[in-house]
Amino acid sequence: MAIRRKLIAGIASLLTFVFNGVVQAASDLNMRPGVTETSNEAFNLHMMVVWVMVAISVVVFGAMIYSFIFHRKSKHPTPAKFSHSTLVEMIWTIIPILILIYLTIPAVKLLIKMEDASNPEMSIQVTGSQWKWHYKYLEHDVDFFSNLDRSLTEKDENYLLEVDNALIIPADTKVRFLVTASDVIHSWWVPDLAVKKDAIPGFINETWTSIPAEHAGKTFRGQCTELCGKDHGFMPVVVKVLSKADFKAWLAQKDEERIAAEKAAAEAAAQSWDMEKLMTLGKEVYDAKCGMCHQANGLGLPPAFPALKDSPIALGPVEAHIDIVVNGKSGTGMAAYGPQLTDAELAAVITYERNAWENNTGDKVQPADIQAFKAGN
Amino acid sequence: MGDHHPTGFTRWLYTTNHKDIGSMYLWFSFVMFLIGGAMAMVIRAELYQPGLQFVEPNFFNQMTTMHGLIMVFGAVMPSMVGLANWLIPMMIGAPDMALPRMNNWSFWILPFAFFLLLSSLFMEGGAPNFGWTFYAPLSTTFGPPSTDFFILGVHMMGISSIMGAINVIVTVFNMRAPGMTLMKMPLFVWTWLITAFLLIMVMPVLAGTVTMMLTDRHFGTAFFDAAGGGDPVMFQHIFWFFGHPEVYIMILPAFGVVSEIIPTFSRKKLFGYSSMVYATASIALLSFIVWAHHMFAVGMPVAGELFFMIATMLIAVPTGVKVFNWVATMWQGSLTFETPMLFSIAFVILFTIGGFSGVMLAMAPVDFQYHDTYFVVAHFHYVLFPGAIFGTTAAVYYWLPKWAGKMYNETAGKIHFWLSMIFVNLTFFPMHFSGLAGMPRRIPDYNMMFADFNMWASIGAFGLGLTQIYFLVIVLLTLKNGKKAEDKQWEGASGLEWDALPSPAPYHTFSTPPKVD
Repeated sequence: MAIRRKLIAGIASLLTFVFNGVVQAASDLNMRPGVTETSNEAFNLHMMVVWVMVAISVVVFGAMIYSFIFHRKSKHPTPAKFSHSTLVEMIWTIIPILILIYLTIPAVKLLIKMEDASNPEMSIQVTGSQWKWHYKYLEHDVDFFSNLDRSLTEKDENYLLEVDNALIIPADTKVRFLVTASDVIHSWWVPDLAVKKDAIPGFINETWTSIPAEHAGKTFRGQCTELCGKDHGFMPVVVKVLSKADFKAWLAQKDEERIAAEKAAAEAAAQSWDMEKLMTLGKEVYDAKCGMCHQANGLGLPPAFPALKDSPIALGPVEAHIDIVVNGKSGTGMAAYGPQLTDAELAAVITYERNAWENNTGDKVQPADIQAFKAGN
Repeated sequence: MGDHHPTGFTRWLYTTNHKDIGSMYLWFSFVMFLIGGAMAMVIRAELYQPGLQFVEPNFFNQMTTMHGLIMVFGAVMPSMVGLANWLIPMMIGAPDMALPRMNNWSFWILPFAFFLLLSSLFMEGGAPNFGWTFYAPLSTTFGPPSTDFFILGVHMMGISSIMGAINVIVTVFNMRAPGMTLMKMPLFVWTWLITAFLLIMVMPVLAGTVTMMLTDRHFGTAFFDAAGGGDPVMFQHIFWFFGHPEVYIMILPAFGVVSEIIPTFSRKKLFGYSSMVYATASIALLSFIVWAHHMFAVGMPVAGELFFMIATMLIAVPTGVKVFNWVATMWQGSLTFETPMLFSIAFVILFTIGGFSGVMLAMAPVDFQYHDTYFVVAHFHYVLFPGAIFGTTAAVYYWLPKWAGKMYNETAGKIHFWLSMIFVNLTFFPMHFSGLAGMPRRIPDYNMMFADFNMWASIGAFGLGLTQIYFLVIVLLTLKNGKKAEDKQWEGASGLEWDALPSPAPYHTFSTPPKVD
């Protein structure tokens, strides 16, 4: 009795599990309509072409299946003799042309609309680099890098789809994105906005979105969609939408933060840092920014990402070391970290690289040295 | 004339015989198919679940790159050249290919080209890791040192392909038996003739592309380097001017194969022979004016996008004509379903599904959502695996009795078919869904929301891989123990190779040309 009840309960829970799975799957199978007018229109066009294709398959595969059943040798031992019919061939050339025209008209209209980035209310420059995005608000003194949040694990809902600084945009505003890249080609994609544009070094591509007010407060996630090297799968795009008022407040807060940061940096630069403090901050910065390529043990992944342990840069003149970290090295994956880190962070990470892994140069680089270097450039 | 030829290794090294060379091409392509397949297994194992389990991202990129290059240039293209070598002379009543020594050379370049390419896996910095499309500047300024080996390898396989194509064209135009007019040629010969012209047109473009890469990398030019006044987008235009005709190079001969097989097992003539020829030629011509549909996201002017969108959608018309003709060939025929027919029917159905997703991708405003996602991966694997590779598989089952004089085990063939059919769909169909859900291609790790699709695709891929090893077993057992094949193994077959030649076809055939009415 008890076994039977358990068995029934087991089967019931299994069925529920399968049923839930099917329901879940069905909603996951299709493209998402997204939240903008253009993304909805793209979705509708997608559905339209899907149903046209389904209708064609029913006719074509239906005819084939009919043949398989009724024209098999056992049912239909004497084959027909025809091998040509001008009329039929005309018909099945003209009908597909008509279907294609039917599909093309809405596609042309939507394409023209999607590519019209004129009269924007604000512009944001989006720059891809290995392997992060940089956002610069052209009408405001705000710009920041957006890096993958590596603290999440596979189990987290937003694994690989979360960043430290999301792009913040206002709702109900035509926002133009000017998309470019500083090293290789990337591609900036947010599925829910139906915006995908390649970020190409030397080119500035235009695209735009306008998110209805009701979506203020929501976050939309996408990924880089052009193979851009080792960590192509690890540079998500996260867009957070605020109401117009909240966006204004956010801008003001960003302004305050910038002023505070400049002040803090100036204070930090004025101090002389001891070795321990430099090494502690340096390790933190190194693990966050440098370790992905040069590896935590400083051995790198040569030849693309050279070792820093015993390297001529880390053991050579300090000036050259500061130069490569601040300005990067063109033609390689080494980005310019001058704009990405504070002077104190730069000083610390350079000190760290010169003393970790038995490099032991004993050199201490001070924030003031970085300031002096930048001033001299 | 007897079967005079050296024995042992020198037979194969020195051979100028189209049948020997055809066999070498086919075996070579199968070996490459297994190597490229093994790389696919690495990719699918890593993608079985979220998280990085087996390989590092950089090695993952090497695997996707090498898988693509090896399957395109090592497996699919040489298998088609192998079929051309075996079949074209027998089908048009010629004693051999027109340029037999060049034929030998064009094959023997290939093992060296792929040795170069594969050796890059063991070099410092690893194999090419920039995708089989090798977009600049990732492949130029940022490419690993082994990129130069890749460039030389591509040059060599390009030379091989061009020579193969010249050979087909010269053979078809000069070696046909009396009475074999162009419009009497079997459709396989037609599709290969058109393919050969495509090869001659676009392989030099590929050679130019990789040469510019080489000079960019080492000789200070800046063709593709924006910092030097060059243009990374131009790389894509040139690459896809080669790349789009290339996809028809891989599929047109398979069109020819199923156009031979479906009439045989329908016991009915091919419907609309001349419209098939014209449709193939139109597809080939259109393939030159659609390349930028691979690049809708690069920021082309709207006028350009509109042109490439509409031109691409037009390809559906001649392709549709071909599919309708195959269906009409079966209509009111007298059908039987031997293994080659099963693979051909699956070809028609699954290639058509790949064509449907092709039309979807052609529509630029929605392509922004599909582009560079797994939807594209699903699309091109549907036209390549159940397309090109099922086509070659059907050809092997269909002509093996003629080539080897031995008949494969029909039950084993059917098991191979049904397993392939199930697993190919299990592998590639879920990729449509992961793409629509937003999964970019060429990523080694992914969010949990794509997990189910990837798990199914991986299970399917492992099954599909094992099934192809079963194919190898079937072919080997046939060659060893197969029952003697009849001269005309298939009741409904027609064509010189079945009507005028015994099975197995002798080493030298048609030393005196047959008469064609």
